Amino acid sequence: MIKDTIAAISTGMTNSGIGKVRMSGPQALEIADKVYRSPKGKTHLLHADSHTIHYGYIYDGEQLIDEVLVLIMRAPRSYTTEDMVEIDCHGGVVVMKKILETAIKYGARPAEPGEFTKRAFLNGRIDLTQAEAVIDVINAKNEYALSSSVKQLRGNVLEKIRQIRKNIIGNVAFIEAAMDDPEHINADDFGEELKVSVEENIKAIQKLLDSADNGRMIREGIKTVIVGKPNAGKSSLLNSLVGDERAIVTDIAGTTRDTLEESINIHGIPLNIVDTAGIRETQDVVEKIGVTKAKTFAQDADLIIYVVDGSTPLDENDREIMDMIRDKKAVILLNKIDLDLQTTKEMLENMTQHPVLEISAANQQGLEDFEALIRDMFFGGKLSFNDEIYITNIRHKEALSQALESLNLVLDSICAGMPEDFFSIDLMNAYDVLGGMIGESAGEDLIDTIFSDFCMGK
Amino acid sequence: MAYIYEAYDVAVVGAGHAGCEAALACARLGLSTICFTVSIESIALMPCNPNIGGSSKGHLVREIDALGGQMGKVIDKTFIQSKMLNKSKGPAVHSLRAQADKADYTREMRSVLEHQENLTIKQAEIVDILTEDGHVTGVKTFTGGIYPCRAVVLATGTYLKSRCLCGEAITYTGPNGLQSADHLSEALKRLGIRLVRFKTGTPARIDGRTIDYSKMTEQFGDEKLVPFSFTNTPEDIQREQVSCWLTYTNEKTHEIIRNNLDRSPLYAGVIEGTGPRYCPSIEDKIVKFADKDRHQVFIEPEGLYTHEMYVGGMSSSLPEDVQYQMYRSVKGLENAKIVRNAYAIEYDCIPATQLKPTLEFKAVEGLFSGGQFNGSSGYEEAAAQGLIAGINAAMRLLGREPLVLKRSEAYIGVLIDDLVTKDTHEPYRMMTSRAEYRLLLRQDNADQRLTPIGYKIGLIDEARYKALMEKEQQIREEIQRVNHVNIGANKIVQQLLENYGSTPLKTGTTLAELIRRPELSYEALAPIDPERPELSGAVTDQVEINIKYEGYITRQLHQVEQFKKLEARHLPEDLDYSQISGLRIEARQKLNDIKPVSIGQASRIAGVTPADISVLLIFMEQYRRQGAEDSHNK
Repeated sequence: MIKDTIAAISTGMTNSGIGKVRMSGPQALEIADKVYRSPKGKTHLLHADSHTIHYGYIYDGEQLIDEVLVLIMRAPRSYTTEDMVEIDCHGGVVVMKKILETAIKYGARPAEPGEFTKRAFLNGRIDLTQAEAVIDVINAKNEYALSSSVKQLRGNVLEKIRQIRKNIIGNVAFIEAAMDDPEHINADDFGEELKVSVEENIKAIQKLLDSADNGRMIREGIKTVIVGKPNAGKSSLLNSLVGDERAIVTDIAGTTRDTLEESINIHGIPLNIVDTAGIRETQDVVEKIGVTKAKTFAQDADLIIYVVDGSTPLDENDREIMDMIRDKKAVILLNKIDLDLQTTKEMLENMTQHPVLEISAANQQGLEDFEALIRDMFFGGKLSFNDEIYITNIRHKEALSQALESLNLVLDSICAGMPEDFFSIDLMNAYDVLGGMIGESAGEDLIDTIFSDFCMGK
Repeated sequence: MAYIYEAYDVAVVGAGHAGCEAALACARLGLSTICFTVSIESIALMPCNPNIGGSSKGHLVREIDALGGQMGKVIDKTFIQSKMLNKSKGPAVHSLRAQADKADYTREMRSVLEHQENLTIKQAEIVDILTEDGHVTGVKTFTGGIYPCRAVVLATGTYLKSRCLCGEAITYTGPNGLQSADHLSEALKRLGIRLVRFKTGTPARIDGRTIDYSKMTEQFGDEKLVPFSFTNTPEDIQREQVSCWLTYTNEKTHEIIRNNLDRSPLYAGVIEGTGPRYCPSIEDKIVKFADKDRHQVFIEPEGLYTHEMYVGGMSSSLPEDVQYQMYRSVKGLENAKIVRNAYAIEYDCIPATQLKPTLEFKAVEGLFSGGQFNGSSGYEEAAAQGLIAGINAAMRLLGREPLVLKRSEAYIGVLIDDLVTKDTHEPYRMMTSRAEYRLLLRQDNADQRLTPIGYKIGLIDEARYKALMEKEQQIREEIQRVNHVNIGANKIVQQLLENYGSTPLKTGTTLAELIRRPELSYEALAPIDPERPELSGAVTDQVEINIKYEGYITRQLHQVEQFKKLEARHLPEDLDYSQISGLRIEARQKLNDIKPVSIGQASRIAGVTPADISVLLIFMEQYRRQGAEDSHNK
């Protein structure tokens, strides 16, 4: 069976020393050859022997991306038994992403969750006894990808895609209703009207694609939640971090404001911070509910920052929070050390397993230590976020590009004066790929829309 | 007292559009066949609309014909008006529809059945299916006759425990007041078959002499007629045609209906069955599309033998007195006399997910079913399934490979795959939008797609097959030729282009390139193509379509390649999906229900996700290797 070539980042998305981008499939060498240049420009990977390592550079056209080592493994002597190429780069998140995107630009497809393992198994590389484990890997990755593909989309993006899809399916339903019941519904000269609508959708998708590149489409970063009792100093902490000259603030236009959310960057590490304090103060609800709400956020956070008000004694709420963060990655910040301390660092250290730092958010005191701690945790590998997020973003971009291509084909058909039924084919393709992006399958959508929008039949 | 009567190879239960095709297919394949019907008069009856074909249904009829079925030939003989729908659209959605002379149609089909070798017709109600060890052994009639047989095709249409509703008046009959079949349902339940209740309806028939046609718009048939059957040429079927008529409902009609909704069995909750969304009753239309101030009404002749006219668009289950008011409020029907009332009909049918793609029951070997009993709707859908059920009953008895048409091969493939894979909550109607590869599944190339299959099965004779091979060769050669005919930018050419409003040539090109221009056609270019051979319209149509839409066709062919890969990965029938860890609970249940034959079919089940498909692929690989290991160890 002829298969396409897949690519993925195979190391975790930590800023570790080395990052790997892998490709597998019949075009792996060809693609590698297109993006690779040896120092003297003489080596061509297409003819390289199996199991050889090549020093050189990855280029996207004329743009240098990184200095790399490329490993060549020819079929069947590879993990997947297909031709494989592994590109070892310097491991920066941005660099790995860029290399992956370049590979995709030159013909690879972003791998499905767990697809390398799946191919390895299907090609007989992995032992039968491990089948169950393979399924688990795929399921785990899938589950994450599924939830992340929608969850990671910034709120308004999801809404925009739904709108585009709704518009597309409405147009297809009209055409199809007319084809199925031409005596009741007339689609003659629908092309002109459709053209306007398709052009609008193309613009909207193009805008999404542009935003994908500057991180406005998807929340890339370590999902961080600040928790703590009211007045513990959560907001002033966030403000200090955001206002701090060492932190870079990303302005997220259009983010729904029911949660206060900021993207900051500490020593090059992207943090996506949800301030649960924001929820409480704007909605003015009782303390208990604030804690409950924080719990939900904390549940799928990569990192929890627990701010303790040192000037008051610990109470029931604090114990509840400590329970909540027990099995989580967390940092405890003992705030208001400029005041009389009722709670001490030692007390907190005795009660939890998490690192405790003393700060004064109001006086900008101790923040450097906090940032250093985050950096150490990240580079020490204690703190990471699932690489699926990055690949999700790349998959999203791929889906958007495909939708764009399909819609452009619709425009071509309209301009060429094709009959209306031809428009449906590419419109449905666009509908399907956009659906895949937000985890919605087409199913009976078209038939349902036809019947709900049009009065059909004899 | 039960007694043994004659033994047959195949018993077909029902002689509607499904039953006729099934019985003919079996008999033609050399099996002794008996076809039961509750009434000889109801053979190939058209109890609802008086037409065959229509959007996507016309495709089905062409496909039935291409496989060696009967429906296309019969309608070609008995139509009184014919139209190609969507002529101004792409070739994929061109669809034939013909008005039938109902009595002629029924008589003609009955005559075909009666003249068929190996086929016996018997008026009797079947009350039981006899089985032994899970396979069919015979059928039993109401009068006690037992007919041993090796396969049964159920084609009971809308007759099982049917009841007809006209307002408060309920009769326990089949369509048209015919006797219903009240006993078979229980027997089927005993076999473990699950039944559901569906509903459909039909409008009133009105005495044509009481209609004022001057207030309506006349609807003519096409001048150039196209036959349904590939065995007929257009010249064979030219004839005088009769007209249909178009009128509209109005605000008054809608008011009458709204005021009487409480007397509609549908809205009063008397009807339990689920009705179709695509041919809603007039009361449904008015409730669901309240903003529409009028609906189209088509007045269609029931035949040349009668004055009765079918009132298309106004099916109803309202009481008789309301029907009178309602119909008479329509322009041109002010003095209408109703010959037959509109009614709704409820009947037992099956969720077809109990069937394999061969239309054989998973639970009972040798028991097949087709037609409205499978939860579909429409004469054409019924006939298509009847043909396939009949063929597969025969293939089983002959020990040959069953026939399962792919979604990429035929509308029939789409129809059956949908029925056996998806949960159908209403009578299923074929629609062109259900066929994802419809550019390949055109009505004009049904013969190229399916006649070789019909030939292999044995329903198409040598001569017809050879004629097709010849046609295909002519098509190939002519495509080849026009691709190589060079056209220079000379005066004559430029003049011709100008006449058609086409951009003049800057340099030379090929004839094929010019055919691709939307404003030009193969025909139009004849003057600048002096070497053109003498070819039939059927051939030149194919040449034109293949060249004009080449880009789109190639893209669909590419998609079909992808599709076929998953279809080719078979799943074992006896797989217990509840044992596959990694599948989500919902997927396990759905897969166990449907028992898909391939990964492809599994992927179309609602509730099975791409992740589940990945798990299945891994599992199948594991299963395959274990099998290999086991046989190695033996």
